Amino acid sequence: MKLSSRHLIGLEGVPKKDLELILDTAVSFREVLDRPIKKVPPLRGKTVLNLFYEPSTRTRISFDLAEKRLSADSISFSASTSSVKKGESLKDTVRNIEAMKIDMVVVRHKSPGVPYYLTQCMESNIINAGDGQHEHPTQGLLDIFTMRQKYKKIKGLRVLLVGDIKHSRVARSNIWGLKTLGASVAICGPTTLLPYEAERLGVDVYTNIDEAMEGVDVVNILRIQLERQTAGLFPSQREYTNLFGISRERLKRLNKNFTIMHPGPMNRGVEITNEVADSPESVILSQVTNGQAVRMAVLYLLSGVDDKETPTA
Amino acid sequence: MNKAEQIEIMDGRKMSRAMTRIAHEILEHNGGADSLVIVGILTRGAVLARKLAEIIKGIEGVEVPVGLMDINLYRDDINFNPDQPVVRTTEIMFDIDEKNLILVDDVLYTGRTIRAALSQMIDFGRPATIQLAVMVDRGHRQLPIRADYVGKNIPTSFEDNVRVYFEEQDGKDEVILYPAPKKNSKEK
Repeated sequence: MKLSSRHLIGLEGVPKKDLELILDTAVSFREVLDRPIKKVPPLRGKTVLNLFYEPSTRTRISFDLAEKRLSADSISFSASTSSVKKGESLKDTVRNIEAMKIDMVVVRHKSPGVPYYLTQCMESNIINAGDGQHEHPTQGLLDIFTMRQKYKKIKGLRVLLVGDIKHSRVARSNIWGLKTLGASVAICGPTTLLPYEAERLGVDVYTNIDEAMEGVDVVNILRIQLERQTAGLFPSQREYTNLFGISRERLKRLNKNFTIMHPGPMNRGVEITNEVADSPESVILSQVTNGQAVRMAVLYLLSGVDDKETPTA
Repeated sequence: MNKAEQIEIMDGRKMSRAMTRIAHEILEHNGGADSLVIVGILTRGAVLARKLAEIIKGIEGVEVPVGLMDINLYRDDINFNPDQPVVRTTEIMFDIDEKNLILVDDVLYTGRTIRAALSQMIDFGRPATIQLAVMVDRGHRQLPIRADYVGKNIPTSFEDNVRVYFEEQDGKDEVILYPAPKKNSKEK
């Protein structure tokens, strides 16, 4: 079995059968993580470059561990301690590193489109680990994997994304993946943090959180990106918390057997209360564990697609 | 495939007798069932593993733990094939340290699957012994591996195909040899 693309740039346009292959394969890798020796040999001899132009804890460690657990050699690159400081361009940087014979690149960058650009100037398989406001496909996949783990199927689920949808690559990857797999998706946030013409994404749009929570199975609470809030898109954190923060009180409108998710890092007391973050319905730490399994599945499957002619998605 | 090109090697009764014999041999060799664990290689090795455990329970009254193993991550040809094999889930929910581990597969051929299974087992723990039980040994080993318990030895040509079918998996109990299509001798 193989994926229809040799890169993973985003979940937009990825066919259902590819999503299902990744999710099914991830189930098997999830089991590997429970073994006494959490390491298997399929990527022996492959070298993976982790190219991180933006800070990251979870994603970077998760990819690094996923690579090591597949027996690949991984090298990490961070822009702040490299020749990027001397003014070397992205293209020159990656082509020089590729000249040292690497096979796959995991890239995070503040500009949308960088992963796609790399597919045009490199031979390696490219995996997007977050590009600006565009997509974060492995996060979307791990969120979907976590939902599937609990509900067995995605079709028919009602999923609500709350918060800063406009700047969120996590939201976009979730929306594309969930819609392809047949979930019904709603988004909710202050008007200033919703994308223009949000309805065209094929989702229900709310600005009132209590209305939005009605009949929902999964609430995925996005981080308020304080570092990107320089334009004054909402008056104060306190007001945001009052209007959109998820507290125990607000969960009453959800369906029974509901789930609380958050991609991290959490601003406790802003978009989510401590009580909700640490509640039994919260699967935030399972998301982190599952992230590794999903990334192992993606690395494993992409390393098999070495046909250079396969179109990119 | 043409019907005429199938040769039935074992029917359900022969298979059942062979499994009963293997179960007895395992018990005899290991002095009972107390130290045993059984691990079947997916898909049909796993079916055979469950059947052997059932027979052993009937003889000794002991429930032997049965695990399932997918060996695809340990294959030695993973970089030779453009399609990645579908990875299924390994389920070994018990400790294998210091046990007598019976590894079970349906057909023993080149030995490469067993090599992968052995590598994987070593990553799970350190059994006292690993013994191999197979329904069919068809020869053509490419590695120094042999079976401890064999349902039937079948002389085959390298190009033949041997398939073991189980009721649970395939709706019938049968071992079939599919001979390689005869090449036209005049052309050669």
